Amino acid sequence: MNLYEQQTANRRRTWLVMAAFIALLLFVGGGFDLFISGGGRAFFPFGSLIALAIGGGQSWWSLRYGDRAVLRSSAAEPIDTLLSQTTDDATKLSYKQLDNIVEEMAIAAGLPKPAVYVVPDQDPNAFATGRDADHASIAVTAGLLQSLNRDELQGVVAHEMSHVRNLDIRLMTVVAALVGAVVLLADWTTRSFMFGGGRSRSRERGKDGGAGALIFFVVWLIAVILTPILARMLAMALSRRREYLADASGAELTRNPLGLASALEKIEDAVAPTASIKRGTAHLCIADPLGRQLNQSESGWANLWASHPPMASRIAALKAMAFQTTGT
Amino acid sequence: MIGWVLLGIVVLIVVWAVGGYNRLVGLKNQTLNGWKQIDVQLKRRHDLIPNLVNTVKGSMEFERDTLTAVMDARAKAMAAAGPADASQKEGQLTQALGRLFAVAENYPQLKSNENVKMLQEELASTENKIGFARQFYNDIATKYNISRETFPSNFIASTFNFTQAELFQITDDAERAVPGVDLTMKARP
Repeated sequence: MNLYEQQTANRRRTWLVMAAFIALLLFVGGGFDLFISGGGRAFFPFGSLIALAIGGGQSWWSLRYGDRAVLRSSAAEPIDTLLSQTTDDATKLSYKQLDNIVEEMAIAAGLPKPAVYVVPDQDPNAFATGRDADHASIAVTAGLLQSLNRDELQGVVAHEMSHVRNLDIRLMTVVAALVGAVVLLADWTTRSFMFGGGRSRSRERGKDGGAGALIFFVVWLIAVILTPILARMLAMALSRRREYLADASGAELTRNPLGLASALEKIEDAVAPTASIKRGTAHLCIADPLGRQLNQSESGWANLWASHPPMASRIAALKAMAFQTTGT
Repeated sequence: MIGWVLLGIVVLIVVWAVGGYNRLVGLKNQTLNGWKQIDVQLKRRHDLIPNLVNTVKGSMEFERDTLTAVMDARAKAMAAAGPADASQKEGQLTQALGRLFAVAENYPQLKSNENVKMLQEELASTENKIGFARQFYNDIATKYNISRETFPSNFIASTFNFTQAELFQITDDAERAVPGVDLTMKARP
């Protein structure tokens, strides 16, 4: 598959996942209507509407203010402030270099230059956030600036720029918000069943509708309890796809896959987790900031839970690309 | 009945033609914009060079020839007329700069000078930006050329006289012989 086919395939997959999430929201909300609140004369799809409103509201808020929240929670500093405040020449040079590299990659991608941030953390990592190319930010850690050379840093920035160009930043922001909404709703539903007034009513319904309705209800309840797990698995599957694609299109921007490959090797060697990047933003980073072991494994079960593909396969894919370009 | 079908077909063709025309115009403008980006970066390089020469002049008293060569190449590049001429003169400027940095390797006080390092980073980055701007221009111009030449949009292109976009090529044999001068001087090993 060439790059354009990959992008088309990814877009289609994206729509499928979004549809799956809306179905999950409706499943939780609609079941609530049927089994807990509903069945009366003035039937009103309360649960479904609340589910869609929460999902939509969370997505809207994340798109509008999510990037600022992420940058604030990781204590990222804008590069302009750092450049004007730093007196140490070597550090200043490395900041200037980062700023230049981001501009180079923006030119290569034909996009406006995103805002540049540095996260004061010694573990090498980087992430991109924002809602589109005009409102995008790229942040790297101080550790990344120290441990990578110019070519490697360029590879990492190109990877993040690809997330911006492929609109992964928007997609992953919305998906994160939807996962949050699904988890919240499933939690509410189970609680309202355990403690709320719904309990008695649902029992009455169980008697009214006979054993069949009761079985449906139990199946639905179990499904609701499992929904958050399913939602996270969907999000992780999407995230892994996006990482491979960003590696590939980043290499297309720099025409130097080995730069990113060697950067990934260095990032992998730094075992310490990135403390200042919170769990909720893991899917935005170039490497899993939690340093979870499961990202290292290619085996099926562990792979379901990882936000990133195994480092070894990413590096191997990049080296294969380098072999192709020098071979022709 | 047949009249309506014919009318429907005509409307469809017009809608398709308008869409194809707008797509071509969009691509053409992107191509022109890509070309302007290259110019912006070239001008930036011209602006940086006097700074660099002034900074290193004191320490490189004995390399007057190298410095003059850079300034001459810059003046020629700024006066260049037309893309082909410009790309040749800019290539010569790149080489003159490469020689300057190669000679500067012999002056330890220059290599450790933070001002020089900063200027070097700026120039190296500008070189990269020129390269990436050309790469982007070539990609978008190729896209434009392909949609100009392929069926069926080639009918619209020939009707409305969309001319072929020229790709950026290395015209100078000397420039091709010297692939990529390392301007970074390994500032960050």
